[in-house]
Amino acid sequence: MSINRKELTEMAQLAQLDLNAEQSRLIGQSLNQITDMVERIKKADTAQVEPMFHPCQFWMPLRDDGVTEDSHKEQLLALAKQSDDNFYLVPKVIE
Amino acid sequence: MINLSIRELNQLLAKKQISTAELSSVYLDRCRQFNPSLNALLHINNDINPEDLLTANQIDGLLSGIPIIHKDLFSTQGVTTTAGSKMLADYAPPFDATVVSRLSQAGMMSLGKANMDEFAMGSSNEYSYFGAVKNPWDLKRVPGGSSGGSAAAVAARLTPVATASDTGGSIRQPAAFCGITGIKPSYGRVSRYGMIAFASSLDQGGVMAVSADDCGLVLEAMMGHDDKDSTSIKTEAWQWQAPQQPSMKGLKVGVIPGWVEQLKDDDIKRSTEQALKTLTEQGAELIEVDLPHADLAVAAYYILAPAEASANLARFDGVRFGHQTSQQCDNINAMYRKTRSEGFGDEVQRRIMLGTWALSSGYYDDYYCKAQRIRRLISEDFKQAFSQVDVMAVPVSPEVAFKQGDKSDGVNMYQADQFTIPASLAGLPCLSMPVQPAKGLPVGLQLIGPYFDEQVILSTAAQFQMVTDFHKQMPEAFV
Repeated sequence: MSINRKELTEMAQLAQLDLNAEQSRLIGQSLNQITDMVERIKKADTAQVEPMFHPCQFWMPLRDDGVTEDSHKEQLLALAKQSDDNFYLVPKVIE
Repeated sequence: MINLSIRELNQLLAKKQISTAELSSVYLDRCRQFNPSLNALLHINNDINPEDLLTANQIDGLLSGIPIIHKDLFSTQGVTTTAGSKMLADYAPPFDATVVSRLSQAGMMSLGKANMDEFAMGSSNEYSYFGAVKNPWDLKRVPGGSSGGSAAAVAARLTPVATASDTGGSIRQPAAFCGITGIKPSYGRVSRYGMIAFASSLDQGGVMAVSADDCGLVLEAMMGHDDKDSTSIKTEAWQWQAPQQPSMKGLKVGVIPGWVEQLKDDDIKRSTEQALKTLTEQGAELIEVDLPHADLAVAAYYILAPAEASANLARFDGVRFGHQTSQQCDNINAMYRKTRSEGFGDEVQRRIMLGTWALSSGYYDDYYCKAQRIRRLISEDFKQAFSQVDVMAVPVSPEVAFKQGDKSDGVNMYQADQFTIPASLAGLPCLSMPVQPAKGLPVGLQLIGPYFDEQVILSTAAQFQMVTDFHKQMPEAFV
């Protein structure tokens, strides 16, 4: 299993990362090491085995469907680097 | 005083031989004195809040007035919570994590926040944006990770107790490297609300302290269902019942001879065998069990954990909180990318990329789903083992604390998680307790219990600690 440069570039785009050439080279190298390591799971016979997405062995509790908290708009907006008039400010979204 | 247990400290406070403020000062002075050489803490509360002191003095409980340090991924209202990352270097949450608020309600005094590997990704604490943590037993060595700051702080007695978290071994391995006791409860036992997420189906908050008894007391106060976390399970109240005598008669302890044989370091092997012998001397019966699929655990984990991390860390986009690039960006995607590449360290970016690969079209079934099926096999292996035994005793790590920089390539570190990851995948409670040191450095023994049975591992460890004193040993430079 080998991840090529094109796949690496596509993955970086999906992951919203801006990797420079040296980072790409190093990450590509270590991803190939890791994928070699994880290849071995393919050999296990799991044909009749259900995936286990979660380790909870009891039912997960649900809470009542109701409003539990007041608005914390000001506190939350204060954490943003840029906001204005109750909105987050970001660069242009629509070309 | 720094070697007293929580129960002993409580007695001093109850008899008014020391005040809560004086007790906090003893530990805060040690934090200020020793942290420059350890880098274990990212924040020290220079002044204990008078309201907290008042609250602690009004609460009648064993934990009232006992100092604690929180791993820096537990949200603390108004106090910077970084997760060891540049991304959150100036993030002060507007709320407390449930773990923090419950321990505060029990009267515990927060002394500060502990350093950690960035977003809990690492086994050496060399991946913190704020610099590596040093091991108090040898400052040239790592304390383990990712809860290395918490472990080093307890080992050097900067605090009697610290919170920590464990995804694939992040409590047990640093506890072993630093010669302290650390418990990862069952998945679902402790609320994850306000605990910054790495891998949501594996992360679990826990406790590090000198002894199993101290861990039990603090765990009792922090656990339990929380409406704010749907993965925290509703069960009957659990109370830590400390054993009164060391007899383990009737206790069936599962051992895996192959795991002990895999220990290439003869000193660690001897320490492990000697600890198992101590269990039998107290009346426990050792029974050989097998986890036939455990050799696939590391591979499965390094698909599943990065996959969950890549999804969890998508929230860090520079818009609502955390780091935002100062570079001019023409569009929002450019801003996201620059922000994330500046804010995340190399190891975090590597794991995000690995997770993105595992979840991408064409690989999802072959790797991600396959790894989830292997997780089921490992969980079934444990169920089979626990049909024969009450508790399992296995190594924590194949090595003692290694020197900083010795494993500069993170991939080399992954395989060393081989003994801690299987229980993590199955969501089982497990702890590390100190046994006979090797080459002057601490060694841990891991105890694993059936799902939702923390009592059995804590009791076994507490009984072991009644007849040994390895947990009381501390590094000379910090006495």
